[in-house]
Amino acid sequence: MNNLVLLPVLIPFLMGVILIFFKKNIPVQRYISGITSSALLLLAAYILYVIYQDGIITLELGNWPAPFGIVLVGDLFSSIMVLLASIVAMACLFFAFQTLHHDREKFYFYPFYFFLLTGVNGSFLTGDIFNLFVFFEVMLLSSFVLLAMGGKKYQLRESFKYVVISTFGSMFFIIAVALLYSVTGTLNFAHLAQRISEVDPANNGILTVIAILFFLVFGLKGALVPLHFWLPNSYFAPPTAVAALLGGLLTKVGVYSIIRTNTLIFTHNQDFTLNIILILAGLTMFFGVVGAVSKFDFKRILAIHIVSQVGYMIMGLGIGTAMAIAGSIYIIAHNMIIKTALFLFSGATETVTGTTNLKKMSGILKTHPYLGWLFFIAAISLAGIPPLSGFFSKFALVLGGLEEQRYFIVFVSLVVGLLTLFSMVKIFMYVFWGSPTITEEQKKTKVGKLLLPAIPLVIISFLMGVMAEPVYLLFEAAANQMLDPSIYINSVLKE
Amino acid sequence: MEILMILTVGVLVSVSTYLLLTKSLLRVVLGLLLLSHAAHLLFLTLAGLKEGAPPLLGEEAASYADPLPQALILTAIVIGFGVTAFLLVLSYRTYKEHKTDDLDQLRGSADE
Repeated sequence: MNNLVLLPVLIPFLMGVILIFFKKNIPVQRYISGITSSALLLLAAYILYVIYQDGIITLELGNWPAPFGIVLVGDLFSSIMVLLASIVAMACLFFAFQTLHHDREKFYFYPFYFFLLTGVNGSFLTGDIFNLFVFFEVMLLSSFVLLAMGGKKYQLRESFKYVVISTFGSMFFIIAVALLYSVTGTLNFAHLAQRISEVDPANNGILTVIAILFFLVFGLKGALVPLHFWLPNSYFAPPTAVAALLGGLLTKVGVYSIIRTNTLIFTHNQDFTLNIILILAGLTMFFGVVGAVSKFDFKRILAIHIVSQVGYMIMGLGIGTAMAIAGSIYIIAHNMIIKTALFLFSGATETVTGTTNLKKMSGILKTHPYLGWLFFIAAISLAGIPPLSGFFSKFALVLGGLEEQRYFIVFVSLVVGLLTLFSMVKIFMYVFWGSPTITEEQKKTKVGKLLLPAIPLVIISFLMGVMAEPVYLLFEAAANQMLDPSIYINSVLKE
Repeated sequence: MEILMILTVGVLVSVSTYLLLTKSLLRVVLGLLLLSHAAHLLFLTLAGLKEGAPPLLGEEAASYADPLPQALILTAIVIGFGVTAFLLVLSYRTYKEHKTDDLDQLRGSADE
């Protein structure tokens, strides 16, 4: 029993409500949100430290005992995710201070930013599957508003499609929850895990159907091929700060839910479910990166790269050993941080040149060398060049795959790594090499302030590569905790 | 009773599928609305329909209906209401900006 795990949900919610009252006063909104998001980062780090020291923390809301009431559960995996979300959110917030139009700030950008964080943190920390649905909806509604805010033509129509597809997915979520409830009679993660492990193995076909239904629902949110079609356009439409925020957080919540449900609850027929996950992981990686190779737009390439990286994230789950799942967590951590940094660089480049079309830019390296080299470090980190974080995360995944003799998926992942490098080098060549074509006025554009939020992200990625040993050990501890569901069950149900 | 409910759900799902596949913005919104009703009814049916069982009134009650699905459906209805309201406004703004409600003309990835 510890109130600590409630705070990452409660603080952003209260701050979002408070910020609504300062609609006109932009400086106050900025101070409050800056301080709150820094506090959230420290809090998330402290929670991770406490959980690492003392094990899983649970909180029974309203003091209702576990299978009946709603529980919040913080284990290593969820607290790592909360910490990563706080880092990403903070970087995007400070980038938004520099780039966002005042009209957006006046029309409740900051409140919805905090409501989004409420939903994201809630999804990571909840221990109840219907509560997960509710937090998903909190997160999605805030993301709808953030996407549609501004009301440009293109933005409106892409938001409409995004809202329709997300709501359609949510309906399937309700149906999946209904089926699960009618079969097991409970909604608590730990209780579900316990009951499903008691089911006769010869008679669990319906549970496998439910598992796949949940996988499809989360796959739609997490943008797995063939459910990824909504992502590239809708993440291209909003301003960079919003695109970076949504690209860094939303799909990862889907991935988190896939990993959580398939390691804890649906462990009854893993030969089948994990194979499907592995096949979709391969397809997702491959088609995502092929899309990125074919595009000639800075933001669009980054957006469709999210799809390819989601494939890596669930590939570890599909292999299913401790090392591979640790690799999955590693790549989630690496990708959330480096992808946000890349989005911020694309925003900075857009500020300089006024376009995101690769063919209209050239030679920025001469006029803005820091931007160029920082982008280069982030890009090769994404592609997986040692000693940056991308290399070690893929190394763990590949090694995990080889140990299990999954040679084909390992081969696909290595080819995709090569194509990732190709598409990143393509951006670097078009945007930063060559002779400058921008005007004198654009040459003088200062980007120092825009780079400030992104620099810590690049440093974190560098540190995660240089200090791979302790970081990997932490992720491996999280993976081991997930692979033994009894730890989770015992700490929630206290038996 | 279950058969009747399942038939209703089936009709709602087929109508909403038809509406979702049409080209008009408003019909797509209505399709989602009907789909949410279908999902809620399905939830109610799957959780088990009981005849003559009152809601849970006291600890000594001999028979009572399971209150949990009702609470969950209520939550889902409220969320669905919020989403639908937002979606209606969004589709109206989309219509005003583009001067059309034909989804065929809202395709393509070219900016503006």
